[in-house]
Amino acid sequence: MSDVMIQVENLTKDYGPARAVDKVTFNVRKGEVLGFLGPNGAGKSTTMKMLTCFLAPTAGTAKVAGFDVFTASLEVRRRIGYLPEDTPIYRDMTVLEYLQFAAEMRGMDPQKSPARIKEIGGRCGLAEVAGKLVGELSKGYRQRLGLAQAMLHDPDILILDEPTSGLDPNQIVEIRSLIKEIGKERTVILSTHILPEVQATCSRILIISGGKLVADGTPEALRSREKRGRYRVVLHAGGAAFRAPEAAQEAIRATLSRLGGVGACQTVTGEDGAYTFGIDAATSDDLRPLLFKAAVDNKWTLLELVRESVSLEDVFRNLTTGDDARPEARSDDKAAGADERKTAMEAQS
Amino acid sequence: MNPALVISKREIRAYFNSPVAYIVVTVFMIITGYLFFTQLFLEKQADLRPFFGVMPLLFMFLIPAITMRLLAEEKGSGTLELLITMPVRDWEVVVGKFLAALFLLCTALALTLVFAFTVKTLGPLDRGPAIGGYLGLVLMGGAYIAIGLMASSLTRNQIVAFIVAFAISFTLFLFGKLTQFVPEALQPIVSFLSIDGHFDNIGRGVVDSRDVIYYLSVIGVCLLVATTSLESRKWK
Repeated sequence: MSDVMIQVENLTKDYGPARAVDKVTFNVRKGEVLGFLGPNGAGKSTTMKMLTCFLAPTAGTAKVAGFDVFTASLEVRRRIGYLPEDTPIYRDMTVLEYLQFAAEMRGMDPQKSPARIKEIGGRCGLAEVAGKLVGELSKGYRQRLGLAQAMLHDPDILILDEPTSGLDPNQIVEIRSLIKEIGKERTVILSTHILPEVQATCSRILIISGGKLVADGTPEALRSREKRGRYRVVLHAGGAAFRAPEAAQEAIRATLSRLGGVGACQTVTGEDGAYTFGIDAATSDDLRPLLFKAAVDNKWTLLELVRESVSLEDVFRNLTTGDDARPEARSDDKAAGADERKTAMEAQS
Repeated sequence: MNPALVISKREIRAYFNSPVAYIVVTVFMIITGYLFFTQLFLEKQADLRPFFGVMPLLFMFLIPAITMRLLAEEKGSGTLELLITMPVRDWEVVVGKFLAALFLLCTALALTLVFAFTVKTLGPLDRGPAIGGYLGLVLMGGAYIAIGLMASSLTRNQIVAFIVAFAISFTLFLFGKLTQFVPEALQPIVSFLSIDGHFDNIGRGVVDSRDVIYYLSVIGVCLLVATTSLESRKWK
């Protein structure tokens, strides 16, 4: 068990009567990049604040590198690098001054720290702003400085609260690859609500909602939890449809809905007699043979039949919202398409 | 280097990188200089006593202005989170900040040595009261700073920190003035609590352990409260 770097058991945090984190239990091993996912206010930041010894847990324990965050907090803090949300860094210092300050606070060897500051500053793209005041930096540069100070002392464990917020797409790619590289030998926990980020960087995902841990696994494992498939069918109904397109469309929809294993069927478009339907399966069985057979039996021309892959967004929505929200979420997904939704989610965050 | 010293180094740089240090030192020099030189020219007396006499009052306004930002600003802007998740003990943060403010105060006091030299060139300088006076100023200033730092640890608003520090210092100052109004049994206690009474004693050139202990206890208690208030984030 020596490679377990973070051990969290029944971690609970109350703010007055409100419970922010509710009995969360998980382990993180060396070499893992753990994505901490959840809607705003789910308790991600609070959990991170407890792991970094800023807040103490109300109940439960957390051990980082074998040290308890409450009783041996100094030992824990020596071994972590932390990037808090909104990167709170002294605005009256220059980038270089701040990194020197961080190196001194960490008790780094004064002989070696200038070289290390230069190296990490270069990797985080800070060389051109080294003499600028932090208060004058753009959000992206401040974020990079936050990352640089977290990685400065080459910690075993990196805890990053929304590391890529405020960065432009090129920087995001750079920072992600940096995190991935570090994650090979070290342990990284990062929180985000940008789902493609998790898929791009994390080897494991924790989803937290309302303070409770609702999922824990690799991105693949989480996707496969969502068993019920979804299909898109494009049909050509032949001559009858030209005379009464609306009625034909409705008739086909009704026929499809009656098929065994079909949970719900919605009409997406119907142009020039080619109708597109979205079908949600009620079971985990493959519906494609059944749909094909239905088309043959009814003498429809099958133009397209696609089983859509389940995205992490679906898993996330599914776990963090009530069941009632599901049908609605699905239908607008069909209209917008998965890719557009990813961008929408990125824009939102 | 101890983290406390790293923090005080940073704080001193923050003071001198912003107008705070310059404004405080300038105001301090103008007021003390005015009092000293009016005495010198009008009364033809080369004497440090009026300069020392006004200090308890002057500190009451100036020192909260130095100390108000120390912890309140860190709390307000969130930088405390990054500072405190570095490997540093809470008391080291408090002591580091205390030392930085004390350094600024000593800088201002060092500039007033000019008055002492003026007196010396004009006539014989009474050494005992002069040395005692400066020692007393540092001790009393330390107590005011500790009070200010404690006030700053209790809030995230700098104005509130200023007012609380002023109110506490003023209460301690009043104790010395109100001695005759309290019941006889309480008089020794009230006069012992007076923040400027002990300074007067030291200023006479008599360094009594009771007076030194008074200031050191005020500093100790206030820094302890500040540390506890910093730690309170953990059990709130």
